[in-house]
Amino acid sequence: MELVPNLLFAVALIVGIGFFVRNVKKLTRNIKLGRDVDVSDHKSQRWKNMLRIALGQSKMVVRPIAGLMHLIVYAGFLIINLEVLEIILDGILGTHRIFAPLGVIYDVLIGSFEILALLVIVAVVVFWIRRNAIKLQRFVKPEMKGWPKKDGNLILYIEVVLMCLFLTMNAADFQLQQLDVPEYTKAGAFPVSQYISGLLQDLSVSTLILVERTAWWLHILGILAFLNYLYYSKHLHIILAFPNTYFGKLNPQGQFNNLDSVTKEVKLMMDPSADPFAAPTEDTNEEVPEKFGASDVMDLSWVQLMNAYTCTECGRCTSECPANQTGKKLSPRKIMMDTRDRLEEVGKNLDANKGEFQPDGKQLLDDYISREELWACTTCNACVEACPVSIDPLSIILEMRRFLVMEQSAAPTELNNMMSNIENNGAPWPYNQMDRLNWVNE
Amino acid sequence: MSEVLKVKTMEEFMAEGKQPEILFWVGSAGSYDDRAKKISRAFVKILNAAQVDFAVLGPEESSTGDVTKRAGNEFLFQMQALMNIEILNGYEIKRIVTCDPHSFNTLKNEYPSLGGNYEVFHHTTYIKELLDSGRLSVEGKVYKEKRITFHDPCYLGRANSVYDAPRDLLRKTNAEVVEMKRHKKSALCCGAGGAQMFKEPEKGDMDINVLRTKDALETQPNIIATGCPYCNTMMTDGIKAHEKEDSVSVLDVAELIANSL
Repeated sequence: MELVPNLLFAVALIVGIGFFVRNVKKLTRNIKLGRDVDVSDHKSQRWKNMLRIALGQSKMVVRPIAGLMHLIVYAGFLIINLEVLEIILDGILGTHRIFAPLGVIYDVLIGSFEILALLVIVAVVVFWIRRNAIKLQRFVKPEMKGWPKKDGNLILYIEVVLMCLFLTMNAADFQLQQLDVPEYTKAGAFPVSQYISGLLQDLSVSTLILVERTAWWLHILGILAFLNYLYYSKHLHIILAFPNTYFGKLNPQGQFNNLDSVTKEVKLMMDPSADPFAAPTEDTNEEVPEKFGASDVMDLSWVQLMNAYTCTECGRCTSECPANQTGKKLSPRKIMMDTRDRLEEVGKNLDANKGEFQPDGKQLLDDYISREELWACTTCNACVEACPVSIDPLSIILEMRRFLVMEQSAAPTELNNMMSNIENNGAPWPYNQMDRLNWVNE
Repeated sequence: MSEVLKVKTMEEFMAEGKQPEILFWVGSAGSYDDRAKKISRAFVKILNAAQVDFAVLGPEESSTGDVTKRAGNEFLFQMQALMNIEILNGYEIKRIVTCDPHSFNTLKNEYPSLGGNYEVFHHTTYIKELLDSGRLSVEGKVYKEKRITFHDPCYLGRANSVYDAPRDLLRKTNAEVVEMKRHKKSALCCGAGGAQMFKEPEKGDMDINVLRTKDALETQPNIIATGCPYCNTMMTDGIKAHEKEDSVSVLDVAELIANSL
């Protein structure tokens, strides 16, 4: 009988982690639906970016209040996880506070966990107020209606509950230590929960043990549940921020990629010795001509798809976007959310059809992202600059414009005029190329 | 501006069997747009004053393709790029300077992988170099009592991290240089980029240039300076929308320096 809790714990752990692994597999499969792109260059620069931007939160603190609050929750998450390690070991081995022999170090650790837990609760309350009471503009944009809003708040509630469970567990433990209950070795410092333990003073030893055990179990089960909530939530950024900043753009922001497939065709067109009607030679396996640009998620690169899963919908991009600020439909955050939603839809389609995608008559373009949004972009890079985790919404907008123009000839009329001017006389306006030097003598 | 400018084409250099120090890429706006042509002239006035042996391509120059690339027409962009590269490489051009941040960005960042490798400068950086090396000096009288604010062009600032050169130049005019609330990395776009210059904006409740001009006017400037012909158009229109065209003017950094020589 004594082993029952250990077994139960082991089962919970295996189920929790098992589901998580399944989610990670699904996530990687979906991301790999994207086109291949070579990001194996500049490894040291990439590591530096990851350390600075993700680990070091360098872009978060550009906005000081949100940055500081986020730093607290982030540090709390990283550091309090040491406690989770102890909980897991205790759970498997049937021990209690296995790290207690560390003595003073243990006191410092538990003490700092408690202070952080309290700070996290404060930060989360501030976050909740920003979202629900002050209603900061970026949290109430149209794309935040429904699930995104609920998701945001749910994460805050889960965090508060987890922190409260942690403190309650410690408070009951502290009380039991005071009462010299043999299983509860005197260990740890409780700068926060000692004040809660006052509320537990009148409880009997058995009730206290019940409170302590319940809080302990709910805390770890809560963490396992939260781990599995990630895949369904915007909160995936706690993991993906790291690879996403690693694989982020290294070139100057203004540099847009040159499509190799286009280079091939343009060179052929411009080569006077090339015979456009030549039959393909026997040995060259004529590939299916590549589709130019993107109309659906499979046409985007896997980094762009990872970008979509990494987005935590903070809306800094949208609040910096000149088009959005002047009331246009375009919201860079919505571009990312739409990409993820469509990718999830494609993923479910694969699940339902044994891994073979069955055409569903839908695509990212028009069914999710409208042309009006795409044409409102000024390519100013403000969204790219604002993103704290190196997401590039602009690259998706450009790929979709490429599809519209090169596959569908569906540019706005004025732009078609501009382009035919460039084709005819090398300038966006209908002026004679021979007049290019007239300005000198005017 | 009736003074005579010294401008030679690459073709003329070739005929003389000479190579210029640098090529001035005038750009489509600088060649045809009435307002931007004045910027080209001001920049040449500076080049002449510093006795820079420069060339232009003249009728051999063609759009860099920046705007078509951003509109999504990669085909047309690459055709323009390959054509220009053929000409530039044919003349063995090594260094290029331009007053247009869009041409600057495209020539510097997007031409190399297509075979065009040049050292490319924005005119503000180049003028700064001329001053630093002592080839050019500024008297700095005309704007002494003026207040100037600088609008960062997206393709110069965020896109290529050039923030200091234009500001250093503005200080040389001895004017008071004031910053807008959003500047450098967080500067707001003027609304022209991404091919917006050539189309009507989508439905919204304001035009971007009007919003950006509001930022600028909050600093109570006499002059809004910029370093891009398209920003210049947008800010000039913005000032008209705010009915401030009588008290505030929009000038390129090159014009401010040319007038301060």
